[in-house]
Amino acid sequence: MGKTISEKIISEHAGRSLKSGDISVVDIDLVMSQDGTGPLAVSQIEKMGFDSVKNPEKSIFFIDHAAPSPRRELSNSHSVLRNFSKRTGAILSDVGQGICHQVLVENYVCPGDIVIGGDSHTCTSGALGAFATGMGSTDIAVGYTLAKTWLKVPDTIKVNFNGMLNEGVYAKDIIIYLIGKITSDGATYKAIEFGGEVSDRMDMDGRFTISNMAVEAGAKTGIFNSDGITRTYLEKRDRSGCFKSIYADEDALYEKVIDIDCRIIEPMVSQPHTVDNAIPVIDLEKIMVDQVFIGTCTNGRLSDLRVAADILKGRKVAEGVRLLVVPASKEIYIEAIREGLIEIFIESGAAIQNPGCGPCVGIHQGILADGEVCLSTQNRNFKGRMGNPDAFIYLSSPATAAWSAVKGYISDPREAG
Amino acid sequence: MSKNVKILRGTSFKFGDDISTDLIAPGRLFHLRSNLPELAKHVLEDADPEFSRKVKPGDFVVGGKNFGLGSSREHAPAIIKLAGVGAVLAKSFARIFFRNSINVGLPVLVCDTDKIEEGDELEILLSRGIIRNNTRNIDLKFNPLPEVMIKILNDGGLVGHIKKNRGFNL
Ligand code: SF4
Repeated sequence: MGKTISEKIISEHAGRSLKSGDISVVDIDLVMSQDGTGPLAVSQIEKMGFDSVKNPEKSIFFIDHAAPSPRRELSNSHSVLRNFSKRTGAILSDVGQGICHQVLVENYVCPGDIVIGGDSHTCTSGALGAFATGMGSTDIAVGYTLAKTWLKVPDTIKVNFNGMLNEGVYAKDIIIYLIGKITSDGATYKAIEFGGEVSDRMDMDGRFTISNMAVEAGAKTGIFNSDGITRTYLEKRDRSGCFKSIYADEDALYEKVIDIDCRIIEPMVSQPHTVDNAIPVIDLEKIMVDQVFIGTCTNGRLSDLRVAADILKGRKVAEGVRLLVVPASKEIYIEAIREGLIEIFIESGAAIQNPGCGPCVGIHQGILADGEVCLSTQNRNFKGRMGNPDAFIYLSSPATAAWSAVKGYISDPREAG
Repeated sequence: MSKNVKILRGTSFKFGDDISTDLIAPGRLFHLRSNLPELAKHVLEDADPEFSRKVKPGDFVVGGKNFGLGSSREHAPAIIKLAGVGAVLAKSFARIFFRNSINVGLPVLVCDTDKIEEGDELEILLSRGIIRNNTRNIDLKFNPLPEVMIKILNDGGLVGHIKKNRGFNL
């Protein structure tokens, strides 16, 4: 019997042939946490009686969620991570470097790796053909100290995005559409493998967006084949040495196969307060927005900023609307400056913030007021997410976000021309 | 859990479907993550602002489907446990929350929570897989935990397991 991608990768790391449902202790290639989950991981490491990490060059701490720190307690948590990395030789990605998931795919993750991260969107790295999954601080603490974890090999759902993308429709729209269809627990405990012509042609930025949101359907990870597009991405980053072709076997056994004809998908939004509350923009009543946020590990990449700048060029953000733009990494930020995108944003009325999570998780840099509405390119719109349980978050692609910032209400980007 | 003959007793606090980790341990209280007892005073605040004042040691949190969806923050099950909650019952759990709960030693049980209302008096026989709803006079069954998780729970959570075995012994 053939193997799914998850079965292949986990078998290789367990040193024996495994199939879905099997449980095994496995070696891991990379382990990471961020400033929300890392401090607890450090204290758990100490509780286990360790003061070291197994593979310092494969152990990373990110300071990205509240970076730079907005308050004293968080500054102290940041110190914990800085001191621990210094002591153990673990890698520290400090303020200004960017969001963990973006920095990971740019510099660290290779196809075929097992990556565990103290952050639910660790599945983002699955776009490179890695088995990447989020865990809590204690599991991550064990990952740091032993370079091992235990995994249950998941069943896999194969999702084929077939056909082609309509004008104004992006990776974000098709993943919102999918989650609307299968719901927020439609893939719980499962891996999703993405295939079909649309996935096979999609650039890495689009694939990252899709893998990033696999967890919003409950999935353990969201994986793409690693193919020519993956190879080119790694080559451009001087990392071609770590390329490996990763495919499922032809006769792999899937729990189910979902075929989606992308030609029927239009620009989508998720309405408050769940991601699966999905609706085409044109079916939405007139929703005025107070804040528009373009950024995050879902849609703060260069191609996202290009699409948004293309719409905002020569236009102004509507009166009464705040537009926040946050590049996902330092590298993206620099390139966006070189290409003149940042100037376009500022000219249009946007406020630019340093690479990091920005206002996504409601700690700083754009907390909503009571009753306010935000349209965001992030992955999650749960009640209270942006710092206020009495506010309303809608999710969309960067194109829809940019055009809505211009119009002042949630609008179809196809009107932008 | 065969060694565990404990009976849990308490009152049910009923919540709906899709109780996210943002509702359990809000991001806006990020600064309290290094102070779990303080964070625990806000447990589930955005779902029920009165909860942390009403809950008594041993009581149960009862949810619908997909309890604990969202972020990987282990602080969510940790503060539920710290608030004194004896177990969380739900129709289904999000993956990371479920795993985190075992790691911090909080029992999480999958059962048909439609048969439980707010304020019901429950008795849970962990080793027998039975939830007795004494208010409604019905018995509910819950799915047994996987062997690996029982081993971790029996060692008092993952830290205890690793300490005891100087590594994994699953
Ligand atoms: S950008 Fe948002 S979703 Fe992504 S890692 Fe940061 S807080 Fe989490």
